[in-house]
Amino acid sequence: MAESGPTTLGDLAFEVRSKNAGPFWVTMELFMRDAESYAIAADESFLNEHTVAELYGVDETEIQMFRIPSLNVVKISFPRPVSQASLRDRDIHSGQHHVPLATLLVPAT
Amino acid sequence: MDNEPARSVRVLTPTGMLGAGFPEATVERGLELGADVIAVDGGSTDSGPYYLGASQPKTTRAAVARDLRVLLKAAARAGIPLIVGSCGTSGTDNGVDWVSEIVADIQADEGLSLPVARIYSEQDADRLKEQLTAGRIHPLPPLGDLQPDTLDSCTHIVGMMGHEPIVAAIEAGAQVVLAGRATDTAVAAAYPLMKGMPAGPTWHASKIVECGGQCTSDPRAGGVLATIDTDGFTIEPLDPTAACTPILVAAHMLYETVNPFRMREPDGTLDVSEATYTALDDRTVRVEGSRFHVADQHTVKLEGARVTGYETMSFSAVRDPHILAQIDDWADLLRAVLTQRVEQTLGLGEDKYAFDVRLYGHNAVLEQADPAQGPPREVGVMLLVNAPDQETATAVAKIANPLMLHLPTADMHYLPSLAFATSPAEIERGPAYEFVLNHAVDTTTPTDMFRIEIEETPRHG
Repeated sequence: MAESGPTTLGDLAFEVRSKNAGPFWVTMELFMRDAESYAIAADESFLNEHTVAELYGVDETEIQMFRIPSLNVVKISFPRPVSQASLRDRDIHSGQHHVPLATLLVPAT
Repeated sequence: MDNEPARSVRVLTPTGMLGAGFPEATVERGLELGADVIAVDGGSTDSGPYYLGASQPKTTRAAVARDLRVLLKAAARAGIPLIVGSCGTSGTDNGVDWVSEIVADIQADEGLSLPVARIYSEQDADRLKEQLTAGRIHPLPPLGDLQPDTLDSCTHIVGMMGHEPIVAAIEAGAQVVLAGRATDTAVAAAYPLMKGMPAGPTWHASKIVECGGQCTSDPRAGGVLATIDTDGFTIEPLDPTAACTPILVAAHMLYETVNPFRMREPDGTLDVSEATYTALDDRTVRVEGSRFHVADQHTVKLEGARVTGYETMSFSAVRDPHILAQIDDWADLLRAVLTQRVEQTLGLGEDKYAFDVRLYGHNAVLEQADPAQGPPREVGVMLLVNAPDQETATAVAKIANPLMLHLPTADMHYLPSLAFATSPAEIERGPAYEFVLNHAVDTTTPTDMFRIEIEETPRHG
């Protein structure tokens, strides 16, 4: 474990995962470690539709975000930018799309 | 069966998908715990449109037969129904018949004679066009209005049934129900709803069990048992060493769903926004407060896939650090030279075919979204070509072959030789498919889009 260096969302989470939700949607979840790390991930001034649109090159208005304090979870869904299994789809199950979210640097405090 | 109204119904789900396997002992344990029905999903759209478009199962026959043999014997011994949904992965008619033949063979082998219902869910494009004209088909986001041509272009269209056709099959005397495309939840919900359990807890429990042991501490250890009653449901793993916890159970509502609080079924919407999750002990969870809002209009969701062309794949690899240091430029050069060579030799413009160059080890998975920096150590170069016919796709891939073997970077004064993974390098993938339907049909009755056939005795009995 690196003790120094900037902290990512993934560092503060048990798990960050992504998956297809039917053929037309991608969904991802940040399972945060505790209420404190949840508060960082759920902070709308840090992680919001605009941030996600920048990370994934998708339309900000089509992003749905759910903040679930009882589970310390932030969930994000958006329509698949590329049709599932088409010529340009490189992740059929959208299973590896969590990485840009997990490696997002959290603001220094 | 007695006439006493059921006070609770126990649903045994051995695994998230028929053919994925589970320890036989976990099914035994489910029977000991008093399972009233065995419900298992046989498919999904998860792995892409090929399985629907080509009407081919994702699972191998031996794996499906292995699981079915255990479940059929268990259902026979306990005298309880076995329900399989989305047979053959996509739930086409052919997929139902495929599972039905496996069941018939097992029944003959094992000397069983359980009455089997087959529920067919494939839809006729002409009939759907009439529905479309009548304004009874509506788009679901993110797709727009449906064009009649789109229906004609599909190789297969299925409707996702709710619990109603499955209930009808059991009421007509079936002990084994082999359903075509069904919602993942309908498979588990049918029997409890038939026995009078309330819709909120039933649909919520059904969503939680649809992936088998995924809501437990050890998803590989086997499935789960959900006990649904008039106030809620409890859930526990079938492996005594695994555990369900409130967090694990609640978190499963997030899995493969766009919205974690509401889920549409054909006859209404499950609403878990007020649900509470309580540990009864260290491995059993109680859920209460689940609601179900019955819809004004019953709807059936359509799935359809069509051929987008034919694909040929080729795979080379780069280890030379000089090329890797400028791998994006090299790939751009590959694309440019290939496009030019295809025009020169085949006379094909860029609108007549398409290809994708994927740099595995560099950015193949996430492309521009990849946060990593720095030159990679080695890169797999996949070329995927799509053309209106297989011959053209393969011709383009063969034109790429000398480039994928010898293309230098702009500053190299010799031809490198790159690392092909196979000989011949080209792999013909056959037809490629895409999903083109995400639309709901207003139904007249919950069962009229589905055809139920019941065999009183097994065919090979």
